[in-house]
Amino acid sequence: MNFDFSDDQKLFRDQARKALGDACPRKEVRRILETGASHSEAATSALAALGVTGAAIPEEYGGLGLGYYELCIAAEEAGRVLAPTPLGSSIFLAAEILLSAGSDRQKADWLPKLASGEASAAYCDAAANGALPRFVDGRLHGKCGPASDVAGAAFAIILGAEPDGGRSLFLVPFGGDGIEVRTMESVDPTRPVSELAFDGARAERCGAAGAGPDIISVVKRRAAILVAFEQIGGADAALEMARDYALERKAFGRPIGGFQAIKHKLANVYIKNEVARAHAYYGAWALSNDAPDLPLAAASARISATAAFSLAAQENIQVHGGIGYTWEADCQLFYRRARFLALQLGNVFEWQERAMNALEQSNAA
Amino acid sequence: MDFNDTAEEAAFREEARGWLAQNAAPFSIEPSGLAEDEYNALCKKWQAVKYDGGYAAITWPVELGGRGGSPIQQVIYNQEESRYQVPSSIFAIGLGICIQVVNKFGSDDHRERYVQKALRGEEIWCQLFSEPAAGSDVAGIRTSAVREGDGWRVKGQKVWTSGAHFCDFGILLVRTDPDVPKHKGLTMFIVDMKAPGVTIRPLKQINGRSDFNEVFFDDVFIPDTDRLGAVGEGWHVCVSALMFERHAVGNTLGFLEYNNIMDIARDTELAGAPAISDGRIRERIVDMYINSRAVDLLTYRAQTALSRGTLPGPEQSIVKAIGAYQGQQASYLAMDLRDQFGMLAPGELGEAWGIVEYSWTWGAAMRIAGGSDEILRNIIAERVLGLPGDIRVDKDVPYRELAA
Ligand SMILES: Cc1cc2nc3c(=O)[nH]c(=O)nc-3n(C[C@H](O)[C@H](O)[C@H](O)COP(=O)(O)OP(=O)(O)OC[C@H]3O[C@@H](n4cnc5c(N)ncnc54)[C@H](O)[C@@H]3O)c2cc1C
Repeated sequence: MNFDFSDDQKLFRDQARKALGDACPRKEVRRILETGASHSEAATSALAALGVTGAAIPEEYGGLGLGYYELCIAAEEAGRVLAPTPLGSSIFLAAEILLSAGSDRQKADWLPKLASGEASAAYCDAAANGALPRFVDGRLHGKCGPASDVAGAAFAIILGAEPDGGRSLFLVPFGGDGIEVRTMESVDPTRPVSELAFDGARAERCGAAGAGPDIISVVKRRAAILVAFEQIGGADAALEMARDYALERKAFGRPIGGFQAIKHKLANVYIKNEVARAHAYYGAWALSNDAPDLPLAAASARISATAAFSLAAQENIQVHGGIGYTWEADCQLFYRRARFLALQLGNVFEWQERAMNALEQSNAA
Repeated sequence: MDFNDTAEEAAFREEARGWLAQNAAPFSIEPSGLAEDEYNALCKKWQAVKYDGGYAAITWPVELGGRGGSPIQQVIYNQEESRYQVPSSIFAIGLGICIQVVNKFGSDDHRERYVQKALRGEEIWCQLFSEPAAGSDVAGIRTSAVREGDGWRVKGQKVWTSGAHFCDFGILLVRTDPDVPKHKGLTMFIVDMKAPGVTIRPLKQINGRSDFNEVFFDDVFIPDTDRLGAVGEGWHVCVSALMFERHAVGNTLGFLEYNNIMDIARDTELAGAPAISDGRIRERIVDMYINSRAVDLLTYRAQTALSRGTLPGPEQSIVKAIGAYQGQQASYLAMDLRDQFGMLAPGELGEAWGIVEYSWTWGAAMRIAGGSDEILRNIIAERVLGLPGDIRVDKDVPYRELAA
């Protein structure tokens, strides 16, 4: 039995932690929140320099072809610093969709650019009232959103509707005519979302006509494991922040961390974080080995990591007392990101269904 | 046990209902569209109408601007008023806490000078207890008052003072004797928020708003006649204020309730069916109903105790301990129900979504304000269940040594 990352991978984690810590201190995240900038250049280029963007992309498409362990490790470190960067939409989703469903030309055109960090991609599979943009004669019409990480992206992969009602994925390059982008107000401006309005924008299918939902289902399952690492990184950082404050803040003549209410609160957060970490690590293995129980592993990682980050972020505010509720304190950065990540890949109910379906299948077998 | 009105109560309800129909309807508005000063002006206008109608302080004597009515009449009026969305939040602390303290501990001169103007909404009050180094442990405050002639010089800083930026007066807890243990050297004063040396700096909150402030006192002079209670009795006055605070909070947090979740769940789908038919959601809704209904019923129990002239039990602590946490959790549920759209703000999803954002941010705040979740549980454990308190290292030591 060996259920741990290798020494090389741990070394890589230390490097990633250092590089991201330098490139993306909390004040950088706050700068994005306060200026409305689309993302942190510093965090984004640090991830590219570490080779993270290309880690799981095969060498023939300009990547490092290392597989998923390095990407998982980097996701955790990006989550820890709350990196405002399009890693999720660009690498966990768009690159994976291209890899699993893109044409040879689409792969050759875009994957090397995503791998090197030269370009990033946006992603969207939602539209108000389910009215997806319509694809007619090579052009898109209609609106979709919330789309993540649009600003600065070279292209988007979106879910749209065929004339026959089938739903397909489409690759839409930005920079052409017929696309309007509007930033939407959301819970976490450090991971901005937008509405995309198409008025005859040129687009091409990515994957077979009508195959959109199936591709998404498979890719989201893989992304869920990567995002789970991002979530446990955030949850750990929130716990550390709360622990540090509990040691330093005094009430009734002693550090508040000495009160059992605070001790148990933080111990509960730790327990949830470790439950989530166990599932995320197993997910990393299942993802890397394309294991048969990947669907269950992904749903378990997703559900437990969402719960862990939610609790850690909320109790970090609570431990800080009044100051935790101020704009100035960094607690809000975690509170916002926890919600964003909880919703970005679909709600907990969807993942509970996925977990239960998988359990029923294995139970019947 | 009887939930029906007596004939007398029914008559009062009728009267209040009629009066509200005539007077409250024009004030019943969605406040979110208003700027702060517009909203405050509207609150003041409504409070004056309410005062003139004889409903501002139903249980207080007529001489003080009250109605000389019973606690049950107050409950009935509150029930009827809650059918309207009247603008009144800026008075919650002043009327719920400060003016009650002035009434209980002040002199006849104080009552004459302050009570009526407060009840009529002409003057607004804030509560200046918490400091950067003393929140839950409010007896640990540093702000000092030193005797000078016929008054006191105050130096120090308060924080989290809700509404200070639009308030006229405050009740201020200070340390007048650092040579005795911390609870013993405190004194309460009335302070004029416009006095020379008072500086108010708004603090920005998570939600981007600034409802609370830092307040600095640079050698502010307070006449001894503005003292509330005896010198050194400030802790006793403060504890009374905190009791009023817990009773004032009540079931008025305004967070998401089971019926809001039902509305959202009717309009959304889970696993291809209306969310409201999903067992997970049904369970959550019922749990929320159980809590919310209990909160109403506990409030009746507290009011029954009041109407008999006894002090209510820990009911109101339970109300806040349940309500704020539930509000926060319900905001997650509401967002989850909208799936990815749940990450959007009311600016995108419409004004009705405001209550979700409010429960998300203000729910977190109310788990801290007015006695945190943890402090409320300590109170229940120690005062109700009789469990031993934490070992206290600071209780009998002169404050000067603690601060050193
Ligand atoms: C929105 C808002 C409005 C407010 N308005 C006012 C106002 O108008 N006037 C005013 O005077 N104050 C006001 N406050 C301040 C409020 O009363 C304090 O924030 C509160 O008492 C907590 O104090 P603190 O912030 O210093 O946190 P701390 O006391 O430092 O508490 C930090 C953490 O330690 C925990 N803790 C502390 N002691 C214990 C213990 N013995 N056992 C277990 N856990 C413990 C707390 O529960 C909390 O989780 C307001 C606060 C908020 C958030």
